[in-house]
Amino acid sequence: MSDTTLRQWLLSDAPTSRRQARLASLYKGWLNFRSNTMAMFGLGILVFLVLIAFCAPLVAPHDPYAQDLANRLQPIGTEGHLLGTDSLGRDILSRLIYGSRITLYIVTLVALIAPVAGLLVGTVSGYLGGWADIVLMRITDIFLAFPRLVLALAFVAALGAGIENAVLAISLTAWPPYARIARAETLTIRSSDYISAVRLQGAGPLRIITKHIWPLCISSLIVRVTLDMAGIILAAAGLGFLGLGAQPPSPEWGAMISGGRRFILDHWWVATVPGLAIFTVSLAFNLLGDGLRDVLDPKGNSQ
Amino acid sequence: MTLLDVQNLWVRFPTRQGLFEAVRGVSFTLGKERLGIVGESGSGKSMTGRAILRLIRPPGIVEADHITLEGRNLLDLPETAMRDIRGEKISMVMQDPKFSLNPVMRIGDQIMEAYLVHNRVSKSEAWTRSVEMLQAVSIRDPERVMRAFPHEMSGGMGQRIMIAMMLIPNPQILIADEPTSALDVTVQRQVLDIMDRLVRERGMGLIFISHDLNLVADFCDRVLIMYAGRIVETCDAGKLHEARHPYTQGLLNSLPRFDQPRKHLDVLKRDAAWADAPGQKGPA
Amino acid sequence: MSMIAISDLNVWYGQGRDLVNAVRNVALAVQPGESFGLVGESGSGKSTILRAITGLAPNWSGRIEIAGQALAPGRRDREFYRRVQMVFQDPYASLHPRHTVDQVLGETLYLAGLKGVDERITQLLDDVGLSRKFRFRYPHQLSGGQRQRVAIARALAGEPDILLLDEPTSALDVSVQAEILNLLTDLRDEHDLTYLMVSHDLPVISHMCDRLAVMKDGEVLETLSVDALRAMQAEHLYSISLLKASVV
Repeated sequence: MSDTTLRQWLLSDAPTSRRQARLASLYKGWLNFRSNTMAMFGLGILVFLVLIAFCAPLVAPHDPYAQDLANRLQPIGTEGHLLGTDSLGRDILSRLIYGSRITLYIVTLVALIAPVAGLLVGTVSGYLGGWADIVLMRITDIFLAFPRLVLALAFVAALGAGIENAVLAISLTAWPPYARIARAETLTIRSSDYISAVRLQGAGPLRIITKHIWPLCISSLIVRVTLDMAGIILAAAGLGFLGLGAQPPSPEWGAMISGGRRFILDHWWVATVPGLAIFTVSLAFNLLGDGLRDVLDPKGNSQ
Repeated sequence: MTLLDVQNLWVRFPTRQGLFEAVRGVSFTLGKERLGIVGESGSGKSMTGRAILRLIRPPGIVEADHITLEGRNLLDLPETAMRDIRGEKISMVMQDPKFSLNPVMRIGDQIMEAYLVHNRVSKSEAWTRSVEMLQAVSIRDPERVMRAFPHEMSGGMGQRIMIAMMLIPNPQILIADEPTSALDVTVQRQVLDIMDRLVRERGMGLIFISHDLNLVADFCDRVLIMYAGRIVETCDAGKLHEARHPYTQGLLNSLPRFDQPRKHLDVLKRDAAWADAPGQKGPA
Repeated sequence: MSMIAISDLNVWYGQGRDLVNAVRNVALAVQPGESFGLVGESGSGKSTILRAITGLAPNWSGRIEIAGQALAPGRRDREFYRRVQMVFQDPYASLHPRHTVDQVLGETLYLAGLKGVDERITQLLDDVGLSRKFRFRYPHQLSGGQRQRVAIARALAGEPDILLLDEPTSALDVSVQAEILNLLTDLRDEHDLTYLMVSHDLPVISHMCDRLAVMKDGEVLETLSVDALRAMQAEHLYSISLLKASVV
């Protein structure tokens, strides 16, 4: 099948199979997304990040843990150390590259835990109403009332420092807003005719929630998650900075800033370079989120 | 006397599948009369009304040879001048009063605002004029209604208030876009009668946009029938039932008739030729 | 035996000070194979009766019998939903925006416990006069009339005896309305259906129904045959005013 016919097949108004219908709707979403330059820019950065993380051993010029005290605190542009070295003489570029693995790891885990928990709580609470709604929403309120970082700190203090515990702590503080969004969406969807119609087929609450309400809530959650991702990266970096996240010598970006802060006046790049990396990735997620909102929001593309 | 002259009006919207032409070369004139525009959804009837007031937002494109009101081409006017035209010269009543009235403003304030925008008078005079206007649309106890909020009103009341609000600056032309479709049949009649009386008394021109053929036949003087963005037929409202175009006939026959019971209704057989039949070429 | 028998039906929404009595002391009887109309203006409680029958309006008292079996308050079972189905007013709101026609009908057939889903879906599409090429389309790729055909196909999937029609054509253009009304007429003959149809449009009701009830403020003012209506033999003042407003 040549390019043009594949395109026609995908854009056909009369799909002939389930697979074609699904692919066609994906393709149309992609066309929509592609026309948004900023979002494509964000996606580009993230794809680049994933590639870097995946091929870290091939790309990194040095071992990220190899210390070389004779070469410590070399400035940017030094021969062999493009982005300089830190206080123990480790190559900053290599650490940055390996650090992207940790960042992605944190981001993926939080993105899997928090919205899913929020979706479950929000849709169940919104669809069932009554007591279930009251109890679930008050629990959500309690979590919302804690300052995020403080609650995360408390969790990490109780569970011990480490990336997994940091992820757990961030997820525990991140889910309530998703529950709120999912519940608000569910309340409007619940009273619609198409939900009434499927109730009249004899479908139970479980089926209605998972097959009819989730697909409509997920898009707004995805948008919200991508927009929140920057905050999550920053929270992870913040925990790392406070010494409660990733532990040395792990090249986590927040921990790298923390390590560099002692020399920030004389050797600014040690803290700045990982800071710039955090900034770039956060920005990329925000741009992606904006683009996804335009594509996924069912209210946005009425015309 | 001609109040409004529309010549070769086109409204286009760019889409991924190419340019969508909602209105394709519509021309008509409006005098001191009640002109009905009928058509089904997607026929471009509402777009025609909105295009006259230049209410179509980008990316929509409006083009015409001219839309002339009092010797001025509305398409050449700057937006500030257009704002004076809207309300003062041409007003518009929309389908659902629920969405046209500001829910957090008292009704009185909204009507007075409509009056004060175009008239430099004191507040107390605006109040008296507003109360008179509410009386003119047959609202009992207008003083109480002035102090009420829109949600306290029924649909019929709301639509009468909208008409009052649109007529208080004393425009020359009223565009009514499905003004009674959201109302119950018994209320519909009252609202139409009120609108009819006011339009007559003030010597205004009325453009009445509707999907309801019988209503338009009953209420208007002249009817334009639109199909696929074009006017396929113009006829006197009284003679609508003698209409010649197969589309108009098909529409009339597809309605269930009270006096003629039958098992199956006639189904409109669409002809691709109707879409391009009479009409002009697009502007170069 | 009546197909639908309703007596002393009261339906209310809300509670305490916000309590609204949407339907008051309504009695109706619809014979098997009959098409019965409920006419009234907005807020007259006509749609609420349908919602009480289907269980979508949970607060009701009185007696509703379907083919001689009294309905219990609370959830209806699947057996009930195979017998009684409903077509909603707005075809733009009654189809799930992310489900294809195939998914909608497939799920309905699955829930009804029917085998041979593939053949049945094509059969249903044929029944409601939709070309098979529409099978894998999403609602936004369909026109209003096509969507309403899908909604009717969904209602027919479980092979019901009773169709509750809630203003099935009021959101559609007149030419499409004619097509849908003709389809409903044919389906009634082919599938021996009983219709209970709600509309504000008197000509539509008189075209579709054998008998009708005029409703106002939650109460049935009078029940009469369409022939009597055509002969202008309505007794109640309100029915007459409704009649006059509908005959232009």
